[in-house]
Amino acid sequence: MPPRATRKAKTKEYPAIWLQCAGCSGCSVALLNAVSPTAKNVIVDQVVPGSHVSLKFHPTVMAGSGEMALSMTEAPAAPPSGYLLIVEGAVPTAHKRFGAVGEKEGQPLDMAGKVRELARNAMAVIAIGTCSSFGGIPAAEPNPTGCKPVTEILKEAGITTPVINIPGCPPHPDWFVGTVASLLLFGLPQAQELDVVRRPKRFFGRLIHENCPRRADFEAGKFARKVGEPGCLYELGCRGPITSADCPERMFNAAVNWCIKAGSPCMGCVEPEFPDVVSPLYRKTEEKDLPCIRLTAEGTLRAVKRPAAVES
Amino acid sequence: MTTINIDPITRIEGHLKVEVIVADGEVKEARCSGTLYRGFEQILVGRHPLDAPIITQRVCGVCPAVHATASAQCIDAALGIAANVPANGRILRNLILGSNFLQSHILHFYHLAALDYVDVTKVAKYRGSDPTLNSIKQFIKRGELAPFVPRYEGDYRLSDAVDREAVAHYVKALEMRRKAHEMLAIFGGKMPHQVGIVPGGVTSGPNVDQIANFLWRLNEIRDFINTVYLPDVIAVAKAYGDYAEIGKGVGRWLAYGVFDMGTTDVPVAQRQRLLPQGVADASHQLADVDEAAITEEVERSWYSDACGGKHPSAGATIPEPDKAAAYSWLKAPRYQGKPHEVGPLARVVVSYLRGVAPIKAAVDGVLAELKAEPGALNSVLGRHAARAIEAKFVADAMADWVTQLKPGERFCADQVIPETGQGAGLVDGPRGALGHWTTLENGRIANYQLVVPTTWNGSPADGAGQPGPIEQALLGAKVRDEANPFEIVRIVRSFDPCLACAVHLVTARGRELGKFRVL
Repeated sequence: MPPRATRKAKTKEYPAIWLQCAGCSGCSVALLNAVSPTAKNVIVDQVVPGSHVSLKFHPTVMAGSGEMALSMTEAPAAPPSGYLLIVEGAVPTAHKRFGAVGEKEGQPLDMAGKVRELARNAMAVIAIGTCSSFGGIPAAEPNPTGCKPVTEILKEAGITTPVINIPGCPPHPDWFVGTVASLLLFGLPQAQELDVVRRPKRFFGRLIHENCPRRADFEAGKFARKVGEPGCLYELGCRGPITSADCPERMFNAAVNWCIKAGSPCMGCVEPEFPDVVSPLYRKTEEKDLPCIRLTAEGTLRAVKRPAAVES
Repeated sequence: MTTINIDPITRIEGHLKVEVIVADGEVKEARCSGTLYRGFEQILVGRHPLDAPIITQRVCGVCPAVHATASAQCIDAALGIAANVPANGRILRNLILGSNFLQSHILHFYHLAALDYVDVTKVAKYRGSDPTLNSIKQFIKRGELAPFVPRYEGDYRLSDAVDREAVAHYVKALEMRRKAHEMLAIFGGKMPHQVGIVPGGVTSGPNVDQIANFLWRLNEIRDFINTVYLPDVIAVAKAYGDYAEIGKGVGRWLAYGVFDMGTTDVPVAQRQRLLPQGVADASHQLADVDEAAITEEVERSWYSDACGGKHPSAGATIPEPDKAAAYSWLKAPRYQGKPHEVGPLARVVVSYLRGVAPIKAAVDGVLAELKAEPGALNSVLGRHAARAIEAKFVADAMADWVTQLKPGERFCADQVIPETGQGAGLVDGPRGALGHWTTLENGRIANYQLVVPTTWNGSPADGAGQPGPIEQALLGAKVRDEANPFEIVRIVRSFDPCLACAVHLVTARGRELGKFRVL
């Protein structure tokens, strides 16, 4: 560790604004589960030497309330110094009353408007969680509030600020912390570092099925038919064969466990198809044109080459 | 007279707004509004019943395990398999939910509530060698004080030494709540949004290494509760003694009870639960919960009037965002037509009146230490104390349960999906009484209704003009400094609302609030 004095002199402050839209705060809580660095390291310390993320606005964490709090989202630094915008939750669009981030001069500030306002001048937008990345649960049929992902809101408004999607319901904290560290150390990601749905390939580059500890059961045709039975969980609805994330290696909550290790099928929560296309969640996928898996004439599954867009 | 708007209140979950009218330094009117609508009940219609615990957990990322528990019990009943849930399944569900209780209570006191009482910036004067405090001192010296500043100023009363200790405990508590989630994930797969609890039981059985792993994370948290959390609540109570008089609620408490000790195949009033069910009032009358006495009113809610006055099992959710008389996305649940407070205080009052010995001893001990009467429990401080007392009680019980697990034995009943069915799952979560109700048709969910704790506490007024519990707790509160209305946010946060919240302070002659008058 360099001496404190030199670190202080070199510290660059990166302002960050974290908006909560139509979500459940689960992504924020997941970030509190970060192990190394911890949430405290991310908020208080220099998360990488010489760089400090200054969390200007986060409704669940910040001390201030009301307009005092909202003022932190106004007139954030313009480019080139910039700021990072993090959006948790999908963005309701069907009616302004479906979601407000707060109120100013008696008028509710609707979520879509605030996202557009802050995204315009941000150096980058991180859409954290599946709701923000793809719509997720609030956008599930019949999508009562017209929820949309951040990319769609920005596209409609012609805003070209780069967006990085960190899906997951909720995401692993390492996926977020790693992405932030990468931004601070190396700047914006190169095009080839993101997949077709703007996820960092570092974390979402391989199918869960590729590294699943129950893969041997799959190959041997040994399938669990009821909850709690040993074997591959494919018949119980596992979406590991169509879901790209490093869950099997990284595992969750200080690596104590993850869905498949706990006997639960993967629900594909990092994919744009969650939850509707993969619903019912505990029923075997009806195989037709899964991106990487084909059903053979004999009724068994076979891995096939991934589409080029998803190749790492 | 000045008009002050505060919006949003932070450090609570979700989106809730409270408006109060202040005249002569006192709150004359209050209204509480949920400002986010996602339509979960509409999204659930037509889905497979086994998916309900997964979907409903996403209501809340802070307390998903209780939604999973209530939903699983609701679907157990609708599937007709509640009697078949094996003992391992029952205990593992309790351990998953119990871990969520510990996480939630620690998070609430230290990370959501404490910044109303603790001044982080006092650490700038620290001269010792503690690395945590020194890193915070460095942070303060760098001068970018977000997210701890800006904040209300003028009422931080802890001595420098106690304050510094509390800041160190804020950081330590981050680690403790993280470990509570690790405990949960040992049996629940991951957290937030665990995958372990399913209709019929849980998805995996206990192993000896998991039991040992769980027990020793738990023991570390128990030490923290006993030596840090409880003493810190007492220290805050001593410095802010007036808050034993502030934030008096409706004086009616409702608890469904939580942590089943026996079969779940009987109505809630007959369940054996660690924290018992009951309905209590300020004159110490206690009665069993009668599920049929619950209705939901919508006169002041953005829903069609056709949804009002119904029992949740027959409830409907038809949004009407332009309804003129409405001011909230929350419905107004009532028990026998009256608003009731739910949460740790409700459970502790009910347990005390039922003579649950450890709860009674702990409450009497805290009251003696603070030289307070039992009536002081109905207050801001009473809610914080009840939460801490309950955390200790639940953690101690969990240490027994984890050794009752039987590796190798069944943990999940067979899931058989009937064409039709009805179910209810009533269970207390960290923030209070939670109910899920469903009707199945053609093997799918035909109706699903939730009444969540903050709907009880944060409910708007009903057709009879009765304000909700948080609204009522705000009425009469003295506001010393309208620019720094500590009293309002401390009262609202003592309920641990599961919604991000916005508070407005306006004068009696303030904006167009007349049409929303609740007095």
